Amino acid sequence: MLAESLALTAALFIIGVVGVLVHRNAIIIFMCVELMLTAVNLTFVAFSRYYGAAGQVFVVFVMTVSAAEAAVGLAIIIGIFRHRQTVDLKDINLLRG
Amino acid sequence: MLLQTAASVAGHTSVLSGTIAEWMWLLPVLPLVGFVINGLLSLNSAHFGPRDPNTPGHHPHSEGAAEAPAISHAEEAGAAGDDHHAVKRHRWAGVTSIVGPGVLILSFVLAAMIWWQMVQAHPAAPFIQRYFSWMPVGDLQIDAAFQLDQLSMVMILVITGVGALIHIFSIGYMRDDPGYPRFFAYLNLFVFFMLVLVMGANYPVVFVGWEGVGLCSYLLIGFWFNDKANADAGKKAFVVNRIGDVGFLIAMFMLFANIGALDFVTVNARAIELGAGSALVTTICLFFFLGCTGKSAQIPLYIWLPDAMAGPTPVSALIHAATMVTAGVYLIARSAALFSLSPIASLTVAVVGAVTAIFAATIGLKQWDIKKVLAYSTISQLGYMFVGVGVGAYVSGMFHLVTHAFFKALLFLGSGSVIHAMHAAYHHTGSHEDAQDMRNMGGLKRYLPVTCALMWIATLAISGIPPFAGFFSKDEVLGSVFARAQGSTLASASWLGIPGNALLYAIYAIGLAAAFITAVYMTRMMLYTFHGPVRTGVEEEKHLHEAPLSMTGPLAILGILTVLGGWLNLPEVLTDLVPIGPSESLAKWLDPVVGSATRQVAGTATHVTASTEEMLIGAAVIIAVAGIVLAFARLKPETLTPKREAVPEHGFERIVAEKYYVDEGVEKGIVRPVYAVSRGFLWRLIDNGLIDGFFVNGSAALARGFGWVGSRIQTGNVGIYAWVFIAGVLAMLGAFTLR
Repeated sequence: MLAESLALTAALFIIGVVGVLVHRNAIIIFMCVELMLTAVNLTFVAFSRYYGAAGQVFVVFVMTVSAAEAAVGLAIIIGIFRHRQTVDLKDINLLRG
Repeated sequence: MLLQTAASVAGHTSVLSGTIAEWMWLLPVLPLVGFVINGLLSLNSAHFGPRDPNTPGHHPHSEGAAEAPAISHAEEAGAAGDDHHAVKRHRWAGVTSIVGPGVLILSFVLAAMIWWQMVQAHPAAPFIQRYFSWMPVGDLQIDAAFQLDQLSMVMILVITGVGALIHIFSIGYMRDDPGYPRFFAYLNLFVFFMLVLVMGANYPVVFVGWEGVGLCSYLLIGFWFNDKANADAGKKAFVVNRIGDVGFLIAMFMLFANIGALDFVTVNARAIELGAGSALVTTICLFFFLGCTGKSAQIPLYIWLPDAMAGPTPVSALIHAATMVTAGVYLIARSAALFSLSPIASLTVAVVGAVTAIFAATIGLKQWDIKKVLAYSTISQLGYMFVGVGVGAYVSGMFHLVTHAFFKALLFLGSGSVIHAMHAAYHHTGSHEDAQDMRNMGGLKRYLPVTCALMWIATLAISGIPPFAGFFSKDEVLGSVFARAQGSTLASASWLGIPGNALLYAIYAIGLAAAFITAVYMTRMMLYTFHGPVRTGVEEEKHLHEAPLSMTGPLAILGILTVLGGWLNLPEVLTDLVPIGPSESLAKWLDPVVGSATRQVAGTATHVTASTEEMLIGAAVIIAVAGIVLAFARLKPETLTPKREAVPEHGFERIVAEKYYVDEGVEKGIVRPVYAVSRGFLWRLIDNGLIDGFFVNGSAALARGFGWVGSRIQTGNVGIYAWVFIAGVLAMLGAFTLR
């Protein structure tokens, strides 16, 4: 049962990673990051079945933090959009050396 | 006091412990206190030094604009002469006049008390006081320690005694100088270091004093540093002395490497382990002697001493005649145990001394600057001292050192009195003539009778006329050279292929010749300065005057010492003839220190027969009288023209007057090549090319290159960062998995 659960979460995580890597739209990348967080949350839940409730407590923590992070991240994206009329990461390279 | 408690721990074996000699640390400390007080006064003052004529109103140490016109007038008048009289005295001059000479007088009184204690106690071993461990490094154990024995006592008495007289003289001579406290601060500091030099119980402590007196010499030569020539003279003395100091250092290193100790007691006891006559002990001695040639102005490092006359005249008397320049003679006498083991090094010392004696004497014949005559005379007389210590007659060298301190200090201070009078005269009329040139003097005996009489005494002494001090000491030096030509270790040695006894006879002959020339040039100096018509100028003549009592007083005391100095060490042949005093007192006094070394060198040549000795004395006196008579017969002060009308000499006379072009030779042969190498190779190639070009700029370029590469990675594109990030995570995971 655990193996299947882990396979599912790994698949979800990889989808998130690949999404982050291949997409250029900041919103989509942001969603992929959320997907990765969700995959990790699922892993915690799966393990908590065998190792006690600590995993489920962590999931609550992670969701709290990710909610805050989502708010901040979206605010930044909106800020960028207001300035540059785009959320395409190709055009956002202010930190170029 | 802390020092006192530390001191009482050591020296428990000597007969001097528990006596007044326990206070010997106070001897150098007193002048040091004087230095601190005078130094603070000079800092506290408005006048730091002679004012810069180029910036009359904006001098940083100027007290105010009100006095500026007066000072600039003084500068104008004083520029040509020896001393720069500013009109306004230093405001603390009164305190300095008490403190400066006072500490020296106290030191001398203490030294005399300790000397009296030593006379009664007859210590056979040096009395050593350890204060603290200075350099404890592995096997190298060097203590800050002073030692008191008969040799250092002689030096201490000369330094504090003659030093005190010269300090008193300076009150009159320097009183009107704005740098008065600074002058006394340097002078006190000099005496401190000089006492450290002669009291040090090991070579490194002596070296501290050795360097310290060099520093003070530099400071005092360049005392009127606004004149570039004076500053350059100080620099020259400093640089030339450093060459000799390297020799001193190397000798110390070699001594430590081979004996393992540097204190005199151990070195003297174990010197024989180096091997009598071995190349090692010869090398050590020659390196020590290199140091001595620098400090004591012998060939080839004598060139700084004539230039050192740029300093105030009391400085010339104290440092460049009576004390510091004799440090080399003291060092050789102190290292007698080493030098007596090496006939070759000893003969080298004697040969260099003899050659210097005659070389400098001939230059003295044609000098016009009264102080330059005395400077070359000093070099020449130092040569005699080195002949004395070189042939292993350490007592005769020290004897000549002491008598020379008396009569040469007298001569220098006398010349100071003359220059003082000349300068004041030119100052009154605002003339720019040279106050030190003998062609501008003449006939001064009418105006300076005391100075004239006393300087004649000193002249007769240096010429070797009995019964003045110089006669006895010079005669003893020459006599011991003659005596050692038969039967001594030196006579049987060979020096550069020349048999030792032939060499010693040659040195004796050179010494006699130099004595003849000495008599000539000294009489010449006296004739041109004090006799014949006055060439100073009609208007100036009215202002010539004898020096104040503070200057003539020390002169008179030195005059008495010059007359009586010979009684320190009367030859036996004379006391047998006429019982005028105890014979060989100095020899007996110094016997615990240098006696065994003297006997080691002398071998069987302890004494020549009385008739031979009488003949030698007769020859020396005849030579000296002949020199004086010749000078009187040939020199006509009446026909001499003042400096501004003088015609230059021709031929050989010109070569001598130009000091054999040695300075020019050094300039062309050493200074310019050194400059050229420094500029072309060291500066342009090494410094600019290698250091700046390759190392400094090269490392900067390297860093910039790395920075450029790093900046290319920073594209600012988040996608690429993410790729790199993932790649890194995967690589780490992979590394952990595969481990």
